[in-house]
Order: sequence, then structure tokens, then C-alpha cells
Amino acid sequence: MSFLEYNLKTVPSGLSKVLYLNWAIILLLTTIASVGFLMLYSVAGGDMGRWAEPQMKRFAVGLVGMIVVAMVPIYVWRNTAALAYVMSIGLLVVVELFGSTGGGAQRWIDLGFMRLQPSEVMKITLVMLLAAYYDWLDLKKTSRLIWVLIPVMLTLLPTFLVLRQPDLGTALLLVAGGGLVMFAAGVHWLYFAAVVATGAGAVTAVFQSRGTAWQLLADYQYNRIDTFISPGDDPLGAGYHITQSKIALGSGGWTGKGFMQGTQSRLNFLPEKHTDFIFTTLAEEFGFIGAFSLLVLYGLLILFCVVSALQNKDRFSALLILGVAMTFFLFFAVNMSMVMGLAPVVGVPLPLVSYGGSAMLVLLLAFGLVQSAHVHRPRGRV
Amino acid sequence: MRRPQREIEESASRITRRGLLLGGATGAFMAVLAGRMRYMQVEEADKFRLLAEDNRIRYDLIPPNRGLIFDRVGTPIATNEQTYRVVLMPEDVEDLDHTFALLQRLIPLTAEDITDVRKEIRRAAPGAPVTVADRLSWEDIAEVAVNGPTLPGVHPEVGLSRVYPRQGDFAHVVGYVGPVSDYYLSKIENPDPLLLTPRFQVGRVGVEEKQEAVLRGRAGNKQVEVNARGRVMRELERADGDAGRDVQLTVDAKLQRFVQARLAPESASAVVMDVDTGDLLAIASAPSFDPNKFVRGISQADYNALTADDHRPLANKSVQGLYPPGSTFKMVSALAALEAGVVTAGETFYCPGHKEVGGRRFHCWKRGGHGWVDLHTSLKRSCDVYYYELAERAGIERISAMARRLGLGEKFDIPMSAVAQGLTPTKSWKAQRHKQDWVVGDSLNASIGQGFVLTSPLQLAVMTARLATGQGIAPRLVKSIDGVEQPVINGGPLGLGPTTMTQIRKAMYAVTNHQGGTAYSSRIIAEGMRMAGKTGTSQVRSVVVRNEDVPWEERDHALFVAYAPFDRPKYAVSVVIEHGGGGSRAAAPVARDIMLQALYGELPPLEAYPKKQHWEIEQRQKNLPLGLGEGGPGISDRA
Repeated sequence: MSFLEYNLKTVPSGLSKVLYLNWAIILLLTTIASVGFLMLYSVAGGDMGRWAEPQMKRFAVGLVGMIVVAMVPIYVWRNTAALAYVMSIGLLVVVELFGSTGGGAQRWIDLGFMRLQPSEVMKITLVMLLAAYYDWLDLKKTSRLIWVLIPVMLTLLPTFLVLRQPDLGTALLLVAGGGLVMFAAGVHWLYFAAVVATGAGAVTAVFQSRGTAWQLLADYQYNRIDTFISPGDDPLGAGYHITQSKIALGSGGWTGKGFMQGTQSRLNFLPEKHTDFIFTTLAEEFGFIGAFSLLVLYGLLILFCVVSALQNKDRFSALLILGVAMTFFLFFAVNMSMVMGLAPVVGVPLPLVSYGGSAMLVLLLAFGLVQSAHVHRPRGRV
Repeated sequence: MRRPQREIEESASRITRRGLLLGGATGAFMAVLAGRMRYMQVEEADKFRLLAEDNRIRYDLIPPNRGLIFDRVGTPIATNEQTYRVVLMPEDVEDLDHTFALLQRLIPLTAEDITDVRKEIRRAAPGAPVTVADRLSWEDIAEVAVNGPTLPGVHPEVGLSRVYPRQGDFAHVVGYVGPVSDYYLSKIENPDPLLLTPRFQVGRVGVEEKQEAVLRGRAGNKQVEVNARGRVMRELERADGDAGRDVQLTVDAKLQRFVQARLAPESASAVVMDVDTGDLLAIASAPSFDPNKFVRGISQADYNALTADDHRPLANKSVQGLYPPGSTFKMVSALAALEAGVVTAGETFYCPGHKEVGGRRFHCWKRGGHGWVDLHTSLKRSCDVYYYELAERAGIERISAMARRLGLGEKFDIPMSAVAQGLTPTKSWKAQRHKQDWVVGDSLNASIGQGFVLTSPLQLAVMTARLATGQGIAPRLVKSIDGVEQPVINGGPLGLGPTTMTQIRKAMYAVTNHQGGTAYSSRIIAEGMRMAGKTGTSQVRSVVVRNEDVPWEERDHALFVAYAPFDRPKYAVSVVIEHGGGGSRAAAPVARDIMLQALYGELPPLEAYPKKQHWEIEQRQKNLPLGLGEGGPGISDRA
């Protein structure tokens, strides 16, 4: 049973589909990625070859991948969602068993030509599966306990695997992503209220357990939270990243220090300046105007996605678009909060700007899904 | 199969509702992010800009070169030597164990050294270099430099470190430098930031300590741009400090070497002073030690050897050692009585070998007595009974006052460590200190430099110089600072009658030049170099026995004071040989050799000595270690 009967007469076919792509989204993606190239060029000290060039190549590959994904009819993606989810889980297990250790955590599989981070893929396949689930599920059953528990389990399974790596940031993104798709699908708000209440209880439990035999988190995770609460206590130790990040960002002022003039990034005060903390360099060199402009670009991207979702009468398509948009939002919201000292330091990159192949490729493919949904949306009277 | 139209509509409206809610929520959150950005980058921007400046620019101190110390003719006594060391930037080292293993093959590095370095690495601030090995040879440092590429984070460096080329000769005068201790820091308010820099050295003893302010100089600083790890990226600005100022001592390094060599292997001390300027030409304490060992960090074994030695090499005997002056004090008693008019130079007393006072018998050193003695004979032959009579008449207050006039009991202001004041006793002092009344017997003991009287070799030299000139001259150790001549301290004429002074000087001349004088065998026969002096033997124990029959540490101290040339005094000399036995036998010959060396400026010709002694003197001159080669005046040269 489907919400959509494909009317091949009203849906574009062949190469003409390209004309029906959501070009506004592509333009925004390219603009944001270009900001990334600029910043990578800057933090490398004016060296194209170090980060900017590989990043551009990956973006080009990702863009082609996105269009390829967009050409495939949306129902194909819906029908393969379950398979994609199972494969992602399988990859997570492989990482658990054979993965390489990068930065103290097992996160990626070395494929030779690229490092595959299954947890990145998982974020999208989870959204796909949940969208397909709600497309399949009888509307009336949406808020029944048993039918709520199933997507909860589907979300918690990969979350648990990611936590084992351990990667707290991705785990939180998975839970939040899954939850947002469920929210969009119309699950009763009381469930969410209950979860928030339980979550508050859990946080209390986590802190109460600290130092006891049944301590729930690793010491370094507690330290990160401590650091977040009071970064000034140990400016050269645990709170170093946040303190330095805030100094660089704050010292940018209204208009910034100018392109390639960011002293803090230049002098290596910033950690991870080309990955998780790249926003700091942007804010330092282009000031409030530059940082706010990037935020506006991100906002516009979300806006176009939401508009596209709301225009789409296909339930899977609408939920998928919203899910991808929300995952994207979570990325930059968490990253920006982190570098501005509003959230603890969790390893979440700034989408499309931070250096990194896996994340960018997966995001572009996810936007391919959004494009596919957009191109293949039901037209006329359905 | 298609869903009913109603369900499609229902689904779409739900998604629209929830979608709008989500869109609104994300919009609201982005507004929060924008607000935070505005707060940090616009409202708080100034604060962060200041922090960023701090972040970028670090002020590094440039340690000043420590001032040098020279002798009166410019011979270096304390210098700075370039030393090569290896430092390590802990955060740049990938594999510490591997690095140490490689370094061990290149430079001398023991397992303990590595343990120490590891400890230092743990304590070091982020970005701070840690010294792995110091004072390496050029070959070792070259090895490290050549192997640089295989040793990331390891750097060879050049630094300055204190060296004392005269080794033990000036150990007690100049002292040595050492690291800044926590105790040292706790004593100063607002310590110079230099003191907090790792491995900085300050003067710990002697001139190095007392002239620290002059020698240290002022640190310069450089503004450097650094990265977050504290590594210097480039130098922005540099303000050179002021190097420490050079100190020139009044001491003559050549004479000092001679004195140290002549005193060894006794536990002894000698001072040579210019009678006109107060310049200390030699101020020696034997045995000595090599101060370079302290700069490098002395080993426990070496240190234990120094402290366990009964000759106390670490003690600075010339200014710190206090001895009863014995008969060298008799000039003081004589002057006190003559100036007070209680006795005349021609008045004679009968010495039967002892004097009975208050039921106690006070002995003369000569059992059979000296018979009838006047002032001249009493000094020449050192009769004790004569001075007992004088003490009875003059009283202790007059004697002590005269002693202070001549410089005894005065703490002279020279930049050496532990300069002692000594003691010139008075009635009130004894009442306060011992809660006892002064008795005549105390005066009798004091009159021959025993009992409570305590003096240092430096004070004895000052006394002799004042006797020779009649001027209130005070000792001077620093000749000039950075070429600026330091003032000569002269309290002016002592106001002693010229006739009495002449009588005393003639008697002192008789001591060394007339048959029967206690130091006749230590006379100088070169014309125009004749020496006047006085022997002293101060008892360590009260029972009179032959020195040869008791252990070393119970034997009497031997003393001798002298000035020369008699007719035109130039130098005053004092010699104290601990447990050396009699002053005439042990101290006077040493003093004569030192005096002649000072007068001639080199080893004196044998003609200056009486003919009978030539062979003995020649042998001694030949065997004196006057060079500063191997086995120089360190601690090891003592038998």
C-alpha cells in the first residue's frame, strides 16, 4: 500500500529530469561548500593542495553522485531503505570488529581509496528506514505504543553500536535524528514529553553515578562535560579547545581580521582548525558578518527543504526530506554551539565546510535523495 | 494499491503541521546561534581581542650575562663559559623511550639522568623545554646536531655557565653560584622574574652572593609570536637587558695562590692587607675546595667528604673563624696601659714565672720566669706576668676599648659570607651573657689574649695595619665595579701618642730582629724589607702540656701578626694555624714567606733569608704547587 501512485505522464523522465532538480538547493550547497574551500585554503596558510583541493574533488564527485541518486525514482529508494539500514548496521559491526582506531575511537573502515565512516552513513539510512516505516504504517497506528516502540528500537540499535566506539556526538545525533523523523510523522507529543522527562532523569543518574562502582560514562566523557560547564578552570588542559575557540571567534569582531589574517588560527592556537573548529577561523577572519552569512545560508537551505517537503504529497518523500534537513540542521547547530561554548565538545563537523570525505559524500548523497523526492513528487491531482 | 484520498489529506496536513513546527523550532534555534554570535563578536569583542593579543605574543626573558670577577691586576676569577646542552620539547617527541635510547648512544646519559628528565617533563608547563643534558663537549653536541632529523623535538643549545678558573683559591672569597632554592625565594618580596626561570643561578656564598645585585644585571625581554603549543614562530621585538657589572677585587690572584699553597696542608688562614688603603691582597683559608663542583651540582660523596673532613674545608676561617688572639693581643694591653698612664715604658716588673691573684696562680708561659722586664722586653720575649700587672692597673674596660680602637670586635663590611664580629669582653657584657660579675682573673686572662677575647684573622690584620700606621684603616675587598674605583675607608688618625706607638713598634721589631725575640728565626735580612711582628699561641685547653703529647685537635693555635717594611710599612699580615703548636715555630715562618712574596711580587730571593736557612727555604720553594694545572688547589691536593 502506498500513498503514491506514480503517474509516469506527470513525472519527468529521462535526462529532462535534470531540469526539474531543485536548483536552489544545489546552488546553496555549492555556495556553502565554496565557503569551505575558501576556509580550507586559509587555514592551510594559502596552500591549495593541503585541504582545499582534495575537498573540491570530493565535492565534485559528491555532486555527480547526488545527481545520479536524484535520477533514480524515489520508490526505488523507499523499497531499498530496509536493505540500506541492515547494511549500515552490518558496517557498524564490522567497524566494531576490525575498524581502525582514529583519534582514540574506532570509527572508520579503510577501503583503500577512502575511509568509510559507517556511522555517517547510518544517520541517513536510519532516516530513510523510519520514513519508509511511517509510509508503510497505517496512519491510525502512528501513536500506538507497540508501533512507537518499533522505530525507537530501530534508532537505539545503531545508537548502541556507535556508543561502543565510543562516539557520543554521533550517538546523540542518531537519537535526535530518529526522534525528529518520528515527530514529523505525527507521533503523539506526550511520548516526546515522556522522553524529555526520562532524559532529565537519566542525566541526573549519570551524574549521581560518577565516582561510584556503577559509573555510567567513561571518565573522559565526564571531563568533557566538566570542561563544557567551566572551561576556564584549566585553560591549558581539558578546557583548552573551547577557550581558544572562543578567543578566536570573539576577537573577530564585526568585520573580522580579514581573509588569511586570523592570528589565532594562523598561530596554531586552534585545535582541529580544518575540521571541527573551522567555523572559528571563519568567524575570526570574516567577523560577525561572515559568520552570520553562513548561518543564513544554512537557514535558507533548511527553508527550501521544508518548503519542498510540505509541497510533497508523498508521505515517504516528505518525511525523508524533513529527516535529511533535520539531520543537516543538527550537524551545524551542534557544531556551532560547540565552538561558541554553548555545548560540550563532541566530534561533529560543520557540514560541507569541515574537511572530511565521508561526511561530505554522505551528505551530498542524502541531498540526492531529497532531489529524487523533489523530482519525482506527485504532480497535479493525486 | 492506493490509499484513500482522506488518508492522504490527513497525512499531508499532519506533516504540514509538524513540518512547520520543526521549521519554526530550527529557526528559533538559529536565532539563538545568531544572538550568541552577536554577543561574542560584537558585545564581548574587545575582551576577546585582548585575550587574543595575549595568546599571540609571549614575553620571554633574556637572561643577562653575569658580571665577571677579576683580581686587582685583571686576572679572571669568575667567568662565564659557553656550555652546550641538549633540550627537549616534550610535545614534539613522538616516542620518548626511543628518543632516550638514541640519545644514550650519542651523549653520556645514565639511567638516573633519564629518570630525572622524565620527572621534569611531567612537571614542566606546556610548551616549556626540558634540559636533558648539560655541559656537553663539542663532539657530543655535534653528534646530536648531526642526528637532528632522527630526533624530532630534541635541540642542541648554547648557554652560559659560571666557571672559576682559579679553582679553590677563591672558593671562600668569591664563593659560587647555584640554583634558586624555594627558601631563597620565600625570603624576597616581589622576586625578579628571572629567578623563576628554570636553571637560573644566583650567588650563594661570598662575593657572588653579597654582590648579587651588581653581578646579576637586568634581564632583557623579547616579544615572540608563539603558537598554541608555546613554540616560538618568530621574534617580533627585542629589548636587550643590561649585562651584570664586572667586579674587580683588591686581591692579587698570584699572591692568593701562593698563600693557599703555603698554608696547605694545615687547617689555617692568612690575610695580607695594604696598610695604607686597607686593600686585602690575599685572604685565604685552607684547606679549600673547588667551587666549580658546586656550580655543576656536587655529588653526595664529594660533599660528604668535605663535611666529614676535620680540617673543615668549607669554613671560611679568615673572616668566620674566631680564635683567642693569644700574645698577639699584648700590643693592645700595652697601649691601653700606656695611654691611660698607669705605666711607663721604662717601668720594670719582676716575673718569677707566675702571679698570684685572689688565691689563684696565673702562670707565665716560661716556667722559670723572665726576671726583670720592661715594655720592650715583655713584648720581645712575650712575658705574660708583665701583662698581668698591667691588666690589674688598667682594668678590662680600657683594654677592650683599645682593642676596638684597633679594629678588634668590629664586623667589617666586606662582601664575604659569615663575617664574624669577634668579642672584646666588658664587665657589662659578662653580667649580661654569663650572669656573673667580672673578676680580676678575667682581666688577667684577657690581657694575654686568652679567656673571653675572640678575634678573626682579618681583624688581626687590621689591628696590625693600624699599629703600623696609626690610621683607622678598614679592609677593602672590592677595588672597582665596572671600572668605578670604590672608596678607601679610613677612619682617620687613631689619636695614639707617637711616643707610645714608636715604643710598641720598636718592641715588635725586636721580636723578629733581635736575638732572644720569639720570632728571631723568622727574620727578614733584606735591607728595606725588615719585618716587625708578634707571635701568639692560644690555648685550646687549660692544662699546660707539651703540644707533641696531645692529639691534633687539642694542640694550641699558632698565630703571628706582622708588618713590613719596618721603616715604611706597606703590608700587614696575619696568620693563624689551627692546632699548629707555637706561634713562633708554626706561624711566623709562614707569615715571613707570605710577607716576602707580597713585597717582591714573586718568589723572594734566598738573600732575604738568614744564611743558615737557605737550603731549607730553597727546598720549600721548589715544592710549592704554584701552578693551576692538574691537582691544583682543589680538595684533592691535601694529603
